[in-house]
Amino acid sequence: MIIVDTANHIAALAAKMAKPHVIAAYPITPQTTIVERLAEYVEKGELNAEYIRVESEHSAMAACIAAAATGARTFTATSSHGLLLMHEMLHWAGLARLPVVMVNVNRAIGPGWNIWSDLNDSLAQRDTGWIQFYASSNQEVFDSVIQAYKIAENEEILLPAMVSYDGFILSHTSMPVEVPEQSKIDEFLPDFKPGWILDVENPITHGNIVPPEPYMEIRYSMQKAMEKAKKVIEEIGEEYGKKFGREYGLVEEYRCEDADYVIVAMAAMAAEAKVAVDELRQKGEKVGLLKLRTFRPFPHERLKHDKMIVIDRDICPGLGGIVYNEIKGNGSEIYGFIAGLGGVDVSYKDIERMYELAKEGKEGWYPTEVK
Amino acid sequence: MEIEAKSHPLDRYLRAERIPHIWCPGCGLGTVLNCFLHALEETNINLKNLAVVSGIGCTGRVAGYINVDSYHTTHGRAIPFATGLKLANPKLKVVVFSGDGDLFAIGGNHFIHAARRNIDMTVICVNNYNYGMTGGQLGPTTPLEARTTTAPYGNIEHPFNLCHVAAASGAVYVARWTSLHVRRLKESMKEALNKKGFSFVEIIAPCPTAFGRRNKEPTGLETLKYYKEHSVIKHGIDPAEADIEMGGDIIVGKFVDIEKPTFDEAVHELIKKARK
Ligand SMILES: Cc1ncc(C[n+]2csc(CCOP(=O)(O)OP(=O)(O)O)c2C)c(N)n1
Ligand code: SF4
Ligand SMILES: [Mg+2]
Repeated sequence: MIIVDTANHIAALAAKMAKPHVIAAYPITPQTTIVERLAEYVEKGELNAEYIRVESEHSAMAACIAAAATGARTFTATSSHGLLLMHEMLHWAGLARLPVVMVNVNRAIGPGWNIWSDLNDSLAQRDTGWIQFYASSNQEVFDSVIQAYKIAENEEILLPAMVSYDGFILSHTSMPVEVPEQSKIDEFLPDFKPGWILDVENPITHGNIVPPEPYMEIRYSMQKAMEKAKKVIEEIGEEYGKKFGREYGLVEEYRCEDADYVIVAMAAMAAEAKVAVDELRQKGEKVGLLKLRTFRPFPHERLKHDKMIVIDRDICPGLGGIVYNEIKGNGSEIYGFIAGLGGVDVSYKDIERMYELAKEGKEGWYPTEVK
Repeated sequence: MEIEAKSHPLDRYLRAERIPHIWCPGCGLGTVLNCFLHALEETNINLKNLAVVSGIGCTGRVAGYINVDSYHTTHGRAIPFATGLKLANPKLKVVVFSGDGDLFAIGGNHFIHAARRNIDMTVICVNNYNYGMTGGQLGPTTPLEARTTTAPYGNIEHPFNLCHVAAASGAVYVARWTSLHVRRLKESMKEALNKKGFSFVEIIAPCPTAFGRRNKEPTGLETLKYYKEHSVIKHGIDPAEADIEMGGDIIVGKFVDIEKPTFDEAVHELIKKARK
């Protein structure tokens, strides 16, 4: 069935179809309509889940963590300051290896209160052990939420997963989305089978003090799981493609074959970059796009090309673009641009301009430094 | 009769360049701010010595409109920011102006501890029974059975009685009014501003856009009519008896007015003792 709706309502629908047992949430713009829609599903009896209206995001993640520890499938959604407030709990979910799934609607961080798109909120969670997906369309939002559960709950992975997309540009914009039948989703996504659970019949204790050596082992096994996640994300993305006709991986290549330059971008910026590539191709420019779908694990090996143009809607103060710095040093000639922070509009025309600038050997803050 | 005026007598209290404000027609926030400005005028507080701190929410916008040193902080943290201001500069008059969600959901922990320590500040809470700014979700003061966007079939969670929480946590001054009681509210604000220690004023106010229209009060006027018919003044009663229920009376008045050493006084007393 094809439906037309906003990314937030699509995310709520995907979460519903994944049949979580526990949802804990606190409102924040521009995420709120996700959890409002889920509350409606639960109260109407369309989704058989416990819905907890917690008093902050920190509590939302704590509740999801504990629920996941009993073997429940969980969901929450947040944005910006809400995600930042969760930070302590994000580490906990990662280290406890609990496959909580969350949607984060990307929004700028204050002060300079701003509710528009900016990827710094989720990129700042880089080291928490969460798998991070970035979606460029409402269809990708739906498909990624479903896949996120299967990847996170994979017994070789057992890591929490976050699906992020731009505030307003996607969250409040309606697009057509192909929604599979529930029975097909159920076939694709079997019940969560946890390796261990908190169980009154068989009591275990969790969260105790751990001496240095086993602590290091915990970290090591997390790293191994993240590495393995690359393969699992591709396998599950392929399986999804076979079943539903849309295949996913770590990176999507677009018109890269004979390209002299490739643009690297993620989230909504990548959708806009696709348009820029088409326009430039029409003018005879040999340019392609590497659309980055997973930021963690980071697919270094897939992000190589002689000449690369990396556009960051984020900034690591004192270092530069976050994605740019992840890729830097891989032997490619790389031009980095910082653009669109705090929701500044970046159209395909701006991206074409960045391409021209890169060809002139220029890079930097667009349009603050170079334009 | 037409009245023309170049300025309003309270203009000096507002940042004119930020007006018009964002509040909806029928919202109670304008009235509450107006009462506060009158209270400032009548208490003759030196504006240079006043800091107003808000969290995030429609109520939190007060910090941006009032023309004194003001701080629009993160959601839930108005009280810790205000505590920092007060401790760094004990001569400051510090007022926290924020919403029910900001002060009692995400920031609830800070409220009880500032009251317990008796930090010398005034907390003004506009209780509109929901998170107005984010579009009307259930919060810690939403009355039982009320409908919100996250409780479309009615609330089943017991709400806080804020005055009871304040009194139980140690506040030395506790009062509640609705936004209809403008004169009494202004007098309470004056008393709270003049009170040494942790003073708390709760104002029940309409939020027609996010709360009222889901609860058979689609305009601010209807909510004010409700206040008129259902407010009962009971000064001095135990605030535990002043729970708020959908369709029930709203008990208002001054509930607590006691004396206790403030945090600042206790610290200086201790220093004196330690030096002996
Ligand atoms: C950490 C964090 N979580 C959530 C939000 C979103 N948010 C902004 S205001 C608000 C609720 C405000 O409710 P209240 O304090 O009652 O103020 P009102 O708008 O009703 O006056 C929320 C949840 C935020 N800004 N920061
Ligand atoms: S949403 Fe409610 S509280 Fe916010 S300005 Fe509108 S009426 Fe006032
Ligand atoms: Mg409120």
